[in-house]
Amino acid sequence: MRSVKVIVSFVFTLSLLSFPSSGFQSDELLVDDEEFGLEGSPQPRSPEPIPTRSPPVTAPTRKRHSDLDSDSKIQFSLEHAFGDSDFSPAGTFSARLKTWSHGGQTLTKLRFSRNSFTDEDKEKFKNLLESDDFYRIRIPSNVLSPPGRDFVISSVKARCLPREGLDEHFVIHMEGVNVLAVNYGSPGSCPYPRNLKLPAKWSFSSHTVLKNSEQAPRAPVFTEEILGGENAEGEVVQPPERSFWAKYWMYLIPLGLIVMNAITQAMNMPEEQATGQGQPSAGAVQRGPSSAAQIGRESVNVFFPVNGSYLVWPRPLNTEINLCIKILELKYFVGSRISEVKL
Amino acid sequence: MAIRSFFVPFLLFALCFYSSLTPVLSLYEDQVGLMDWHQQYIGKVKQAVFSTQKTGRRRVIVSTEENVIASLDLRHGEIFWRHLLGSDDVIDGIDIGLGKYVITLSSGGSVLRSWNIPDGQMVWESFLQGPKHSKSLLLVPTNLKIEKDNVIVVFSNGRLHAVSCIDGEVLWNKDFEAESFEAQQVIQPPGSDLIYVIGFAASSQFEMYQINARNGELLKHERATFSSGFLREVSLVSSETVVALDSTGSILLTISFQNGEISFQQTPISNLVEDPSGPAAILPSSVPGIFAIKTNAFTIFIRVIGEGKLEVVEKTNHETTVSNALPISEGQQAFALVQHAGSEIHLAVKISHDWDGNLLKESIKMDQQRGLVHKVFINNYIRTDKSHGFRVLIVMEDHSLLLLQQGAIVWSREDGLASIIDVTASGLPVERDGVSVAKVEHNLFEWLKGHMLKLKGTLMLASPQDVAAIQSMRLKSSEKSKMTRDHNGFRKLLVVLTRAGKLFALHTGDGRIVWSHFLQSLHKSGTCQSPIGLNLYQWQVPHHHAMDENPSVLVISRCGPCSDAPAVLSFVDTYTGKELNSLSLVHGVVQVIPLPYTDSTEQRLHLLIDSDKHAHLYPTTSEALRIFKREFSNIYWYSVEDHNGIIKGHALKCKCTGEVADEFCFDTRDLWSVVFPSESEKIIATVTRKLNEVVHTQAKVVADQDVMYKYISRNLLFVATVAPKGSGEIGSVTPEESWLVAYLIDTVTGRILHRVTHHGAQGPVHAVFSENWVVYHYFNLRAHRYEMSVIEIYDQSRADNKDVWKLVLGKHNLTSPISLFSRPEVITKSQSYFFTHSVKAIAVTSTAKGITSKQLLIGTIGDQVLALDKRFLDPRRSVNPTQAEKEEGIIPLTDSLPIIPQSYVTHALRVEGLRGIVTVPAKLESTTLVFAHGVDLFFTQLAPSKTYDSLTEDFSYALLLLTIVALVAAIFVTWRLSERKELQDKWR
Repeated sequence: MRSVKVIVSFVFTLSLLSFPSSGFQSDELLVDDEEFGLEGSPQPRSPEPIPTRSPPVTAPTRKRHSDLDSDSKIQFSLEHAFGDSDFSPAGTFSARLKTWSHGGQTLTKLRFSRNSFTDEDKEKFKNLLESDDFYRIRIPSNVLSPPGRDFVISSVKARCLPREGLDEHFVIHMEGVNVLAVNYGSPGSCPYPRNLKLPAKWSFSSHTVLKNSEQAPRAPVFTEEILGGENAEGEVVQPPERSFWAKYWMYLIPLGLIVMNAITQAMNMPEEQATGQGQPSAGAVQRGPSSAAQIGRESVNVFFPVNGSYLVWPRPLNTEINLCIKILELKYFVGSRISEVKL
Repeated sequence: MAIRSFFVPFLLFALCFYSSLTPVLSLYEDQVGLMDWHQQYIGKVKQAVFSTQKTGRRRVIVSTEENVIASLDLRHGEIFWRHLLGSDDVIDGIDIGLGKYVITLSSGGSVLRSWNIPDGQMVWESFLQGPKHSKSLLLVPTNLKIEKDNVIVVFSNGRLHAVSCIDGEVLWNKDFEAESFEAQQVIQPPGSDLIYVIGFAASSQFEMYQINARNGELLKHERATFSSGFLREVSLVSSETVVALDSTGSILLTISFQNGEISFQQTPISNLVEDPSGPAAILPSSVPGIFAIKTNAFTIFIRVIGEGKLEVVEKTNHETTVSNALPISEGQQAFALVQHAGSEIHLAVKISHDWDGNLLKESIKMDQQRGLVHKVFINNYIRTDKSHGFRVLIVMEDHSLLLLQQGAIVWSREDGLASIIDVTASGLPVERDGVSVAKVEHNLFEWLKGHMLKLKGTLMLASPQDVAAIQSMRLKSSEKSKMTRDHNGFRKLLVVLTRAGKLFALHTGDGRIVWSHFLQSLHKSGTCQSPIGLNLYQWQVPHHHAMDENPSVLVISRCGPCSDAPAVLSFVDTYTGKELNSLSLVHGVVQVIPLPYTDSTEQRLHLLIDSDKHAHLYPTTSEALRIFKREFSNIYWYSVEDHNGIIKGHALKCKCTGEVADEFCFDTRDLWSVVFPSESEKIIATVTRKLNEVVHTQAKVVADQDVMYKYISRNLLFVATVAPKGSGEIGSVTPEESWLVAYLIDTVTGRILHRVTHHGAQGPVHAVFSENWVVYHYFNLRAHRYEMSVIEIYDQSRADNKDVWKLVLGKHNLTSPISLFSRPEVITKSQSYFFTHSVKAIAVTSTAKGITSKQLLIGTIGDQVLALDKRFLDPRRSVNPTQAEKEEGIIPLTDSLPIIPQSYVTHALRVEGLRGIVTVPAKLESTTLVFAHGVDLFFTQLAPSKTYDSLTEDFSYALLLLTIVALVAAIFVTWRLSERKELQDKWR
């Protein structure tokens, strides 16, 4: 796992190193390119995660850019405190200060070199680990004239840092040459019941990220739609014309059922009439719908959900259907109201 | 049977169909006033003038500290008309011109307006400029005329103006350039054409200017020097004499400027009273011949007897207030004097030259909860027996306004409610046996009749009288104004703290005042000269094991404007309004943190941070301390120093290391800080989530069956900063110089989770934070429009919990505790929309379980409250949403947010001077209670997703019952019929 990290970081630094030298472009053009990128692109995400491994500080990479007069190298220090102790120097950030043509200044190419813990520091840190206390760091709020208005402080529970070594992660929020805030912590998670764990190696593996502000997306502008008169509700756009079936199926199905019912009845009737005339004595034992049919009138079986039995309606067919539909509608109306009763 | 099995899904579908009908956002005309109430106030009265003309006799015109000018009915105290001037348009003076116009001087003496008394229409308005800032004085002489024009004399901005009363035209003006001259009085002796302007220059020079009232010509300018200087206040005792105090407050100076000659008379106060006890101050009054001074212990009334001789007429140690003089007949001027004596106030009306004789002497019982009398205004009328009658209007310490006449309080107005500074809600007592308030319907007939009426109403058959009857029946029968807890949690008490320091409990049903309590700690007293109420917190909300306790609120107040002034805690029972306890603290209060822990009596633990950054725990019990110790290392808070642009995070360290051992006091330490560069950013808004907000689902299912986890942290802070140049008014900077940066900061670790810059944007910023989103409103200088942006923040660290098998096998990290010290993996989504209105306040609806969808409540510039669905502010809106997204309810992207007239919560009403919107969840999940306050109060219930969990108020139970009865009857009839038929068949 660790070797993978080393490789990744190595590849990353390598790519950083090789990038400027790979193309045909001169350094000047490169600067222009970056500048253009910063102004043009809406999100100048400049976080450059530069994993560095200290004490063996990564090789300096300054040879390419040293000839640019708009750049200058600056340094500012990191200070740390154990619990409520006073701050003492703990490392140095070095970066390039780039001055833009419009007067703005930004930091790029941030490097960090960490001082290794002295024995005294180790002892203090152990105490922190035991008492689950805070390890605090601070950096100046202005990198040109430290400490600026004030130091920006950040702290983390000391127990979050130890892994094999001590893993730390800095996110420095910049606004020009001002440091708004530094967010300090472990690069991964720090699960809650923090267990006491001493680091195997007292060396820091530091990750630093420089962050500038993103630009907000602009509000969309639709001029033509304003002219077209947008719908106030927004969502209630006219639904597309639905098919006949989609619109009226809830009426058609019961209608179809009733019609089918009526047809089966009508089909049964002549049959039974025929049999009934043939065997009049059998009619006495017959029950249900067929007995109704015996009287020779049209009738319909209606399923009534209240008592769950068939009712026989000795009425002319058309009025009966109307009545049925009415009852059905009434029933659904009532049903829908009932459904609203608080559950 | 096949048919039956078909019917079940069919029925279900029919139900779905009915319930998915397009919801109606607004309410119907006849529903107005059923669930909402609206109360109109004017604020603490600063000045009152009585109209003497025929029609105006029944009215009094008042100006108030809320910048309202209003015309009130003298008989009932109702508002005839009312105008709210802007908050930057403070009223300096009002008077009546020509008997039918109200003249108001406002905006530091630069705007003069005239209003028609009968209807409150503005007649004219004129702007008065001047060379420098100064005190503004308004004088409307009764019979000073220039070419038939009545004249108003205004001294403002170092210039004297004469303005026509008819059209507001400036007739002449005169500058007073002398650098240090400060005018104190403008006097126009009746019957002359002269105007005197008197005042002080430097610290020890008295100046008098005599000016021709016809053309503004300076006739005379006299000055006189008094070596030991003056206090700035003067009292006018006649048209040519004023009384002032020297700078030590121990010598009275009678200054007369008869015929343009200034002469001083010195009288040490110790000559008049034996024991002056400290420096005195002049009480402002304008009673001829008499003035009043106030020392620490006494109020002394002194009469001027010619040639600067002074005579004490009364010395009292009661609180006394004097009105201005009122001319009642030729040469006679009356004034009113109100004194406190125990629970009574004594009102005396005297004639200015006769101190001992009283025209009127009454004593009136006064509620102790109203405090002292602050102001008195006198008015006279002709009694039925043709003698003079007097009525007085008094303004009390709690800002209420009362009219006294014939020894009784004719009406009173609780105008303290126009200046609410904090609101909290409290439940009502549970209904107990024996005190059942449930009303049984009178009898069956009444009940049937009522339902018949309702039925008629629904069938559109009702006549107007019927409609009115239905309306009143609904109002009467509704149980909304009962004093007990209801099942749905609609009935609550709104406990409000007003600027005067009075607590009111308003019933949510009808807005009536259930109790009011003037806090003892907020009374002006010897130890605490200028107490101010700060905040209200829920101290004790019993629900589980402490059911018998009454809930109580904590009122935090402070003895003075600066933050290190000693604080006072008061605990008030919300059922009865009794002050349970009051603690005077030795330390100040900068911040109050209600902790999420309660003790066994359900008292909430509170942490008070003082100006020395010590934390103090309350309540001071050992149990509270034990609970607190347990969570000691998990308590973090932040502080915003907006004057120097620093936000700091803090945690507790150890016990206080002071000389006095106090086990409830703790030292603190700084954990993190964010320093905004002072040259480019200035904090203008900070918003956090509401502490009591409930989030129902942590995950959000998006269109393509994907899940996003909301980043729900109680410790998120939204901060908006603008360029220091752009913190002024809109339009004061170019878009290039102005920007707005929005931050989301974790307040435990100080991590900036999100940071985004809006170029060309400007404040003021109004924001609201809820669940995992924040919505903020600002001005876009490039587009010349207001804009609203939304930021939603999602947690990526749990994003891989989508696998069902993981969830089933428990291999997910959803239940593991979350530590903010882990590096957060969040993504944000944001989008901006144009919005037409400027905004006074934004709030969001909150419901009991957080299931119901949210609506934003936007207090618009027109003092209305607009409900806007959160769906309109969804960052995932796109121009052409896919079918799946449409099904999810994503609205196609538009550039501006719609303003639907029906979605005004306040419907046709206006909440004048809107300052805040408070939402309180009801017990019923679908409903939230909304309280908007400003000068007016407005309350209503809202159901952002319709009342899906209850029947609507106008549901016709009668119709349901009738249907069931009819159906049952039909069953029986058909059953009998079929029986008979069968029988007949069998007989056949």
